[in-house]
Amino acid sequence: MSLSKQHELHERRFGRNVGVGLVLVGLIAIVFGLTVVKVTRGDYETPATQSVSQ
Amino acid sequence: MTDTSINTQSRSAETDAQFSDYFALLKPRVMTLVVFTAFVGLLAAPTPLHPFVGFCAILFIAIGGGASGALNMWWDADIDAVMKRTQRRPIPAGKVTGDEAFAIGIALSAFSVVFLGLATNWVAAGLLAFTIFFYVVIYTMWLKRWTPQNIVIGGAAGAFPPMIGWAAATGGVSVESVLMFCLTFMWTPPHFWALALFMRKDYDNADVPMLTVTHGRRATRNHILAYTVLLAILAVAAGFTSIGGPVYIATSLVLNAMFLRGAIRIWRRDEDMSEDDNFLAERKFFKLSLLYLFAHFGAILIEAGLDRFGVWA
Repeated sequence: MSLSKQHELHERRFGRNVGVGLVLVGLIAIVFGLTVVKVTRGDYETPATQSVSQ
Repeated sequence: MTDTSINTQSRSAETDAQFSDYFALLKPRVMTLVVFTAFVGLLAAPTPLHPFVGFCAILFIAIGGGASGALNMWWDADIDAVMKRTQRRPIPAGKVTGDEAFAIGIALSAFSVVFLGLATNWVAAGLLAFTIFFYVVIYTMWLKRWTPQNIVIGGAAGAFPPMIGWAAATGGVSVESVLMFCLTFMWTPPHFWALALFMRKDYDNADVPMLTVTHGRRATRNHILAYTVLLAILAVAAGFTSIGGPVYIATSLVLNAMFLRGAIRIWRRDEDMSEDDNFLAERKFFKLSLLYLFAHFGAILIEAGLDRFGVWA
């Protein structure tokens, strides 16, 4: 049995799929936001680099 | 030859899980208590936290609490199917399978602990991990079906969130956060025993050794009064520590007087009196217990706010 584009399964699981989509968008927003806060506050600083001169 | 047929008829539209069914696994009602007490713990802490990090910390604590709720539902599906109060939960209702609940619980537990650690510090993350372990393994798997003191010891799991909130801000544990823990810990037994008194048939049928079943309903009434007296002493005494103040003391005095009155009323009644008015006093006491905890933590929050703005200084 092939899965047609407008199968009943799509309608039945529409709410669930939208919910999972929103959760994933939320996760991206949180990771992005935390990264911005941590970096701008200087919580994560890259180690000082030394120039190597010969 | 390939066969890629998909069985789309295995579940009917009625039993197919919706997003809300998966969300219900996280026990949203319990989550409100977790969110609120963790929020108070975080704001009462002397070290300010960046608002976005604070928001994330509360979110991860809530997710961790929800994950332990999902694992609790996975383990207790047999009990939930028998008890009227829990029959409509997603697993006994046939919406979500036990395996799904287990997978969601484990995944969200790991996610919440790791992200709390990354967002704040590993003391808070460790406390959250311990809370999940305590609720799922110590309470759900071990104590709940073994001892009538299940509620007393298991109540510790629900008492940790303010400590986690405090740790998220300060990176440690202190007297103040332990006091907030004690407040919820001592509040849990009278709160649940009042529920057990008027949901009496539920615990009998499920064969859970609640105090009402193992030691009788008279003993439960005595225990409610004893714990309420101890709680009142602790709650009012906390007002004289650094988390308290005039607002907290006033709130605590009023609420503890009401709570003690309710406990004495329950203690004086026997089963016939309770049957006559369909456990009215027990139901009122249960509702009051919800207000009791929210008001106490609300007062701690107000005191913290007043301190921060230098009102008492």
